[in-house]
Parts: sequence; C-alpha cells; structure tokens
Amino acid sequence: MTPMSPMSPMSEDLLCVLEPKSAKGKGAKVALPKGLDQAKVQRMYRLMVQTRQLDDRAMKLQRQGRIGFYVPSIGQEACAVGSAFALSDKDWCYPSYREPGAALAVGVSIQAMIHQLYGNAEDVTKGRQMPVHYAFRKQRYVSVSSPIGTQIVQAVGTSMAQRIRKEKAISITYFGDGATSSNDFHTGMNFAAVYKAPTIFLCSNNQWAISCPLGQQTASDSIAIKAKAYGMPGVRVDGNDVLAVWQATNEARARALAGEGPTLIEALTFRIGPHSSSDDPSRYRPNEQLETWQKKDPIERLKKFMKQAGMWSEAFEKEVVESAIDEVNAAVKHAETVPLPASSTLFTDVYATMPPHLAEQQERLLALEKAQGGAEIDKNAAFPL
Amino acid sequence: MTTMTLLQAVNSGLKDIMQDDDRVVVFGEDVGINGGVFRATEGLTKQYGEERCFDTPLAESGIIGVAVGMALYGMRPVPEIQFADFIFPAFDQIVSEAAKMRYRSGGEFTCPMVIRTPYGGGIRGGHYHSQSPEAYFCHTPGLKVVVPSTPYDAKGLLISSIRDEDPVLFLEPKRIYRSTKQDVPEGVYEVPLGKARIARAGKDVTIVTFGAMVSICEKAAEDAAAKGMDVEIVDLRTLLPLDEEAILTSVAKTGRLVVVQEAPRFCSFGGEISAIVAEKAIEYLQAPILRVAGFDTPFPYSLEHVYMPDAKRVLAAVERAVHF
Ligand SMILES: Cc1ncc(C[n+]2csc(CCOP(=O)(O)OP(=O)(O)O)c2C)c(N)n1
Ligand SMILES: [Mg+2]
Repeated sequence: MTPMSPMSPMSEDLLCVLEPKSAKGKGAKVALPKGLDQAKVQRMYRLMVQTRQLDDRAMKLQRQGRIGFYVPSIGQEACAVGSAFALSDKDWCYPSYREPGAALAVGVSIQAMIHQLYGNAEDVTKGRQMPVHYAFRKQRYVSVSSPIGTQIVQAVGTSMAQRIRKEKAISITYFGDGATSSNDFHTGMNFAAVYKAPTIFLCSNNQWAISCPLGQQTASDSIAIKAKAYGMPGVRVDGNDVLAVWQATNEARARALAGEGPTLIEALTFRIGPHSSSDDPSRYRPNEQLETWQKKDPIERLKKFMKQAGMWSEAFEKEVVESAIDEVNAAVKHAETVPLPASSTLFTDVYATMPPHLAEQQERLLALEKAQGGAEIDKNAAFPL
Repeated sequence: MTTMTLLQAVNSGLKDIMQDDDRVVVFGEDVGINGGVFRATEGLTKQYGEERCFDTPLAESGIIGVAVGMALYGMRPVPEIQFADFIFPAFDQIVSEAAKMRYRSGGEFTCPMVIRTPYGGGIRGGHYHSQSPEAYFCHTPGLKVVVPSTPYDAKGLLISSIRDEDPVLFLEPKRIYRSTKQDVPEGVYEVPLGKARIARAGKDVTIVTFGAMVSICEKAAEDAAAKGMDVEIVDLRTLLPLDEEAILTSVAKTGRLVVVQEAPRFCSFGGEISAIVAEKAIEYLQAPILRVAGFDTPFPYSLEHVYMPDAKRVLAAVERAVHF
C-alpha cells in the first residue's frame, strides 16, 4: 500500500514572475504584471511581513501557554496575500485555517485576529472556536471550519448566487493539497464547472497534510491537472512568488467576471513550520526538503525583487517590520486585559431566538454558578494535534 | 502484566490482535510513519509492514468505504477516524452500508470491522475536536457501539470488537488517553461486549455513565461520600448492545438514578437509559431520574470548562436525587 514516492514538484511549468525564465542574464529588467505598481507591491510586502510577525508571535504565545493552539502559515504568506490582494470589496472569501495573510489583505485588523486567538470577550466569534478559526462578516471572510474541504462547495454556492444576482463579484476558496482528496473538493469542482460559477479554487499545495506527503493524496502529475477533467482551466503557480499568485488570481477573476467560469489555481509552496503547535514534523519529514524550501522564502524573494526594481530601502524595511511588531505587541497586550466571555454566552447564537429548553439550561447553570461558584479551568487540558 | 495508559493499551491491543489474526489491517490518516496523531498506532507499520498498517488520502468516506469492501471480502479492517468529529463524511458508509449489509442481503454478506475514533471533550479542542456523537450511531440498527473507560477494558474490549461478527464503532475517550495507568495483560484477552462494570458499589443512588465521565463521577462519589451519600457507579462499557440487567439491578437496589454523559442532553443516549428505567423499574424509583449532560449547544472553546459536566454538577444531581 505504499504510494508513489512524494511527487517531485515540476518546477518547469510553474508560473513565475519574480525570476522569470525569459529574464536571462544579470541585470535584466523584470516587468511588473499589468495592474500592479510600486505602492501595491510595497503593500503586499507589508502584508506578508505582518503575517509573518503575527505567526511568529502567536507560536511563541502558544509555547508560553498564553493561547491554546496555533496554526502557522510561515513560508506560505505569498499564497494568501497574493491571491486575496486581487479581490475587490464585493468578493467573498472561504478560507481554511492557514490563510491569516488573506484576512489581513481583505482588511481584517491584527487586533481582531488576536482577540480570536485568546477567545476573549472582544473576539467577534465569542470564543466559540479554537484559535485561527476566524470569521469576519464585514470582510466577507467566512467562518473557518476544521473539517477539511467543507468550505469548497460553499464557495461555489456563493458564486452561483453572485451569478444569479448578476453581481460583479466572485468567490475564492482556499484549501490544502490534502483537501483535494475530500469529497467536497470534487463536488465543488464539478458544480462550479457545470454552472460556470465565478469561483476561484486556490490550492496551497504545501506538499504535506500533517505527516502525509503529497504522493499519499494523489497519483496525478499535479493538482492543477485535475481541472481539465472537470472542464475548467488549471494553473500552476510558484506559490512563493507573490506577484505570480496575484497575476494568476487576477486573471482567473477577470475570466470569472466575464462569465467564463471557474479556475483552479495550484500554488506550489511548502509548509516550513509544523502542521500546528501540537505537531512535530521531525518525526516524519526529511530535513533536506525543509532546507531546500527555506531558501525560497517568499518575503526574501520579494525583497530581492524590490531592491532590484528600486522599491526598497533600509528605512522602508525598518518601518514595515517595526510597525508590524508594534501592532502585534499592542494587540496582545490589550487582548490579555480582556476577560473570557460570560457563561451566559454559551447559550446565545444557537438559534436566532433561544428556545425554552436552552433558556432553562442557562437559568440552571447561572443559578448553580451563583450557589457554588463557577467551574474551574482544567489546567491539564492541552490540545494534542 | 505491564502498566499502561489507555492509549498504550489500545496500541497493545492492536499489536497483539494483528499478530493473532492476519486478516486485521489498520489504516487511516497519519496512522503509518507518524503512528497516529495520538500515537495509538505507533510501531504497527514497522512491525507488520505497510500492507497491514498504512496511511490513506484525506477522505473519511473513502476510509470507511474501502473498509466495508475489505470486510465483505473477508478481512478484518480496523480503520481509524482521526477525530470522531470528522466521521461525518463517512456517515453514509457507516449508517447506510456497513450497518445494514447483513440485514439487507439476508445474511449473504457481512461487514465485521472496527472503526476506532477518539471522541469527547476536555482537551481544549473546540467543537470539532471534542464532540460525543454516540447517539447518532446508537440510533442505527446493525451497528455496535463500545466505549472503554480504563486501560484494561480498552484492550480487552478492542480485541472483542475486532473478533465480533458485526461492525463496531469503538469510541476512545481521548481526555483520559494518558491520565491513568493500570496493569494490562500481555497477549490477547477479551472483555465481553454487552457487559457493564460496577466501577463503584454503593446503596443510595445509581450513576450510569461511560467513557471519560466515569472518573468525573468517581470524584463526585467521593465528595458525596463525605456528605454521607453512598453512590454506585455503573460503567456501561458497551452502549449497544446495552447491559440492561446491570442497570436495572443497580436501580432496584438504590431506588435512584442519575445518568451522566458529555453529549448534549436532547435526544441523547442518556434519554434511552432513562426511558428503559422508567419503563422497567418505575416501582423502585424514589426520585425522578436525573440527567447530567452537555448543554444543548455546540461544543464551545473558551467556555469548555463551563460546558463539560464536572464533579460539581454531578454532585448537585446526586444531592437532588437523594434529598428528593
Ligand atoms: C474531515 C477531516 N479529516 C481530518 C482532519 C484532521 N486534519 C486536520 S488538518 C489535516 C491535514 C490537511 O492537509 P492539507 O489539506 O494539505 O492542508 P494543510 O494543513 O497542509 O494546510 C488533517 C488530516 C480534519 N480537520 N478534517
Ligand atoms: Mg498541505
């Protein structure tokens, strides 16, 4: 039952903008994709740095026992930022748990995200879900679900509705390579193609699903090739090249808005960190692979490009990094002063109106808390995955 | 004998039964080289090779669907679902296929397999890593449902389940995976399905419970003892087939019943226990049957400690029953 050895990523057919094959020789001028300018590139750089700082700090907070759990996206910032940066303020986003950069790119504040990590009384989701399971209505950033793949079909539904309503908008859904094995991936691809729904399927192929390498998920030559069978274009981009991801998403979006239907984008990248704060990749992952990909850091690569294009300076770098750190620090500081949500919030939002049996349970709990004091937090409880 | 945690006992049970019965194959997400995200399948691939313990693509319906096909053919598949919360893509294969195969084919085809899955709260896992879905499955004729609460039972019940001729859902209370140790025999042994265990003998009130709630109830029983109330605890071990006799005997002795479960109360397994006792032992009851359960809300993250039944809530119910 051994699958084929982990697929060798076919770097030849990757869409790449930062170091295109055509730009041979030293000092060759690299053109920005149409639609981008210096300010936009700098903005994407800032978003990637913010994402990195948030991830970095959150992992430390988890290690210090200040938050319960975290899923880092280190090394994959370009996939989330480049794609979400191509969206308009009517588009909808169906993320997985590994796209904090997309949330930042569509305008969510670091503070709002950090409140969610603490699950405190100012968390818009009222501490209902584990850290990184964000939901931001205002930014049309739909509630992250743990069950893999469920968001994929839902995004198609939103796209179908956008088409019915003739809105100039699309939906994008994010998922990993592992999720391409789920029923919902296949169903979503099929529905979207049949209805020519304005959907972008963005697969962040980081080559691992916890301990399972890509070759465990699929015997196809790539993820992108799957699009062909469903009847839509499949594009393979260098997922550590933020400009390439932007360009592919921007083109897919234009097609979708023109009524030409969905696109599958495979962004080839790598999970530099553990699957989550509970995972230890040294148990299963070869070190050489990690080292190869560490050299392709998406932030470093964009920086190099910006330097060559005269879009980067020491002062700019300092300001970007320091302001990101300051913002994260201030948000953590504030989040730690906010208490947990009140016990009574357990019972709200189950339904629009609280049914009698829930009202009774709420009343009983509050009476018991009054009589005996509140329940104690189990200090031994720790999430193992 | 070796002292083991519940998790180690599961691992030992798998190792020993794979030695004993070459029809047994184990598969699921991350069960191979990683040994399972909880390490329940640690070392199996190394010991028995990749044909008998292997990783699958990320698709629960696929995992259970192929298990059905293997079972029909004559293997003894023991698929793992990484968390019970992720079993629902496989619901159709379990409920419509595995559970009904024997009946719908008039006994021509059978589906002996064991679906192992960690379940329950108390690990700060939010609602997708904490739920107790036993009621959905106990509502399915053709399926057996087993829940150990001690290391000894975990190994013995697992082996009995794998040797059983019908599909079994084996729910492992992950909160107590590593919390206690117990002497566990080496080699295969059985703890029979359908037989409850008296976890604590007492005469004033019966608590019927299972899984991780057993130790919570034991704590509550100690607190009750300090207040002069003598609690008997029936640990069900198998939810279906249910050991009615053990429940009814205990209730006949104590005249009071508290049912404790983590799952939400409405339409739950505790409701079934309550109904059976009301139907068959009403003449013994000196107080209303009381249920301590999860609230009828999705499982929360920040307020998990408020949501989960704890010794305080169990004690409050015991006192209500005794002082009725
Ligand atoms: C339906 C379901 N099954 C299993 C899991 C447990 N699980 C969480 S993440 C994960 C791997 C996902 O891999 P991939 O889709 O590649 O995303 P990545 O984590 O690499 O970003 C698994 C198996 C889950 N969340 N949902
Ligand atoms: Mg992956």
